[in-house]
Amino acid sequence: MTSALAFDLALAALVLAIATLTIAAREAMSAVISFIAYGLLLSLAWVRLRAPDVALTEAAIGAGVTGLLLLGAAATIGDRQAGAAPPLALMLAAGLACTLVASGLAATTLVLLPEPAPTLAPPAMASLATTGLGNPVTAVLFVYRALDTLLEKVVLVLALLGVWSLAPDRVWGGVARLGPDAPPRAMLVFLAQLLPPVGMLIAIYMFWTGADHPGGAFQGGAILAAMWLIVLTARLADMPATSHPGLRLLVLAGPMLFAAIGFAGWALADAFLAYPEGYAKPLIILAEAGLTLSIAATLACLVAGPATRTPPP
Amino acid sequence: MTIFAACAALLMGLGLFGLITNPQPLRKIVAFNILGSGVFLLFGIVARRGAAAGVGADPVPQALVITGIVVAFAATAMAVALLLRLFADRGDTRLDHESAAGTESARDDCRPP
Amino acid sequence: MTDAASQSVLPVLGIMLPATGMLLMLLVGGRYVEWLALILLPAGLAVAAAIFAAVWREGHTLIYVVGGWQPPLGIALRADGLSAAMMLVTAVIICATGLFAGPQFSQPRGRPERRAPLVFWTLLLAIWAALNAVVVGADLFNLYVALELLTFAAVPLVALTGGTETIEAALRYLLFALLGSVSYLIGTVLLFAAYGTLDIALLSARVRPEPISWIAASLMTIGLIAKTALFPLHLWLPPAHAGAPAPGSAVLSALVVKGSFFLIVRLWFDAMPGLLNLAAAQLLAGLGAAAILLGSILALRQSRLKLLIAYSTVAQVGYLFLIFPLAGAASEPASSIAWTGGWLQLFSHAFAKAAMFMAAGLIAEALGHDRIAELGGIARRLPISTLAFALAGLSLMGVPPSGGFVAKWLLLLASVMQGQWWWAAVILLGGVLAGAYVLIVVGKALAPAGAAAAPTAPVSRRREVVALTVALGAVLLGLVPLQPSELLQIGRLDVHALAAR
Repeated sequence: MTSALAFDLALAALVLAIATLTIAAREAMSAVISFIAYGLLLSLAWVRLRAPDVALTEAAIGAGVTGLLLLGAAATIGDRQAGAAPPLALMLAAGLACTLVASGLAATTLVLLPEPAPTLAPPAMASLATTGLGNPVTAVLFVYRALDTLLEKVVLVLALLGVWSLAPDRVWGGVARLGPDAPPRAMLVFLAQLLPPVGMLIAIYMFWTGADHPGGAFQGGAILAAMWLIVLTARLADMPATSHPGLRLLVLAGPMLFAAIGFAGWALADAFLAYPEGYAKPLIILAEAGLTLSIAATLACLVAGPATRTPPP
Repeated sequence: MTIFAACAALLMGLGLFGLITNPQPLRKIVAFNILGSGVFLLFGIVARRGAAAGVGADPVPQALVITGIVVAFAATAMAVALLLRLFADRGDTRLDHESAAGTESARDDCRPP
Repeated sequence: MTDAASQSVLPVLGIMLPATGMLLMLLVGGRYVEWLALILLPAGLAVAAAIFAAVWREGHTLIYVVGGWQPPLGIALRADGLSAAMMLVTAVIICATGLFAGPQFSQPRGRPERRAPLVFWTLLLAIWAALNAVVVGADLFNLYVALELLTFAAVPLVALTGGTETIEAALRYLLFALLGSVSYLIGTVLLFAAYGTLDIALLSARVRPEPISWIAASLMTIGLIAKTALFPLHLWLPPAHAGAPAPGSAVLSALVVKGSFFLIVRLWFDAMPGLLNLAAAQLLAGLGAAAILLGSILALRQSRLKLLIAYSTVAQVGYLFLIFPLAGAASEPASSIAWTGGWLQLFSHAFAKAAMFMAAGLIAEALGHDRIAELGGIARRLPISTLAFALAGLSLMGVPPSGGFVAKWLLLLASVMQGQWWWAAVILLGGVLAGAYVLIVVGKALAPAGAAAAPTAPVSRRREVVALTVALGAVLLGLVPLQPSELLQIGRLDVHALAAR
């Protein structure tokens, strides 16, 4: 057994063990903390699958920002109404059904997939030179399947609107509060003063390098959002009111810029979301810059939740 | 790679189990995230199988996973927001299946514009 | 697609116009939201009408290759006859809903921005963009993103003006929808792994009836059935549609549930045409028949009007699944007859259900409640709304002249021609049950007001007229000739030519 195989085996076993811990945990808080650890280990698995962009996204968004969101929810809701455990018969029936589903999917994946595997890597790499990019995943996201990315940005904004819409009428447009009202610990304040500058540098580098190396707007934006959230949790600053025009502009600038570039492509390059000859890379980086900021704002606002206090006059 | 294929399938099974059996909606949401990450891992295996033309993995499924992770987070955020609002309103987040649904439908339309 | 196609940017405009409009609305906020709605609703209607005219005039599909990158690497959009018809119906109903909801969700001058108007108008546009993306999408993952857009627009609409129980209904809707999306996604990855493409046209050429495509098709169908609220995955729909504000319920029942149904048909008829065998078709239609019967019976037992209408949606969605045995594993000319009948059922139900929810909303506003037992005297107070409800009910029952009648007649004809007479029995029984619950409501409305009748609140006459016009739409569809529609055949994949290959 080679060392790579042994590593993969150990990693998969650890991932499954922590996932089981997450599902079987007795308290909501321990489940969420296990989930964050699970997400970070899973990003290691993505590295082993030769997908570093996905590994970064999983660590930043899948484990990081989602973990922050769930931590806040678990802290608020806790196990105040733990509820009765479901009857044993249901657990056994569900266990049996899920085992069948898992085995079926495993069998499908291991046995039924054709060899040689069909792949879109050759056409993706062949056209890569014309896009001026070096990272094929960025090319897929912003050139070949740009409509998916544009619609997905709209989905993000819509989810934010949906979250904001749950604020009671009287505090609409107000400020969202993150975390409990108790003063934050000194350690947290110290971290919140130390980390954000470093984090911002890393985020900007991540966005900039995404054109040619693993990285990109999503990963950079998620790190920026995490930095902002640390500052908010440490009460070093307050989230702007949800009706603040600057906040709205920040959230919407990215998708609107991307849509504008798409329409410009229609006027200048013959097709919606096409890029004029030779201008592909600068336009993509421009779009990614806007998207990094918007993704950061949207993710942070999604974690902060709907408004809870009336806006300042 | 077969290891991760089996891992993906087991994760999906685990997530589905958690989604069905745990009565608390917050735990259901966590289980849904595990289920989703299992599905994305399946995409990753398809990508790894498609290694060709000098790349270690087919970039198209990787891009789809990145989109999927963002969408899954958005879904989690919306579900958590609904959950927290439910908790704020009545201090209990369990979804009662025998609740008298629609009792407020009339009141909502009668609210003055 | 065997017939010719032409390039047109209109499908993209159909998606991007409401989508960018929604972003602009959120940016400007306040009173400008209504101005934007006033501009965007007619503009979107114009685009839908242009697509409809183009497809009808040219007689073939409109295609748009986004960014110039051909599938399988890139994404294409396709507007065939069916897409054009769906887009036009969607546009008309959304514009009507906008007219209906105007007074209810208005932003008063000089006051700070209010929650409900901003959220309502942006969600309306988002639903429109999502529905257009669903009907012109030709890439399975693009369709996944469109479905998520639809869900994220519909769930907050349910929770918009509701209290605790409606929030619970919205959460349950979200969980069902997310489970459906995950199932759909697993099927998508299996298809990509097996055939190397997500484009529907390319898949139709590559898919073979082997185990992996069966597994993928089943998983995707199960996911989409959960979103369409077909029996037995219908439990989320009644409280959600009943708890939404009236214009929201109209759009949800008329259009949103039809989006995922549209994809089920795209999947079986366009992406994997060789796969629809007798067993699968009968199973799907069997679930549909159960939905018709169960939904109608449960509707009869409801004591609140909006819940009755919501259960009626559960029942009427069941009719749509009769397309599979009658137009799927079937021969011409019965196949075209059933195809036209099934889609006509979808369109006329959209108009009828929208009108019903609008009328119910107005009645509830006037009375202060929607208890069916105490509807007495409402026919005298709100004659236009009652008439709208009754006309819509006629379409649901399948009484001529109405779109519902033509649809059910065509489906009956097709089932008799195919020798599948059991579906004819279900259709007739469903019509009788629908008649029962419609007549219960109309009867109570026509009854004189009770002794302890409370004074009614005033209701805008303009809104009543909008509801009546939408109901008339369902009736006007009955003027369609009793034969297979040529428009709906444009771009339809010729199954037998494929099978003969």
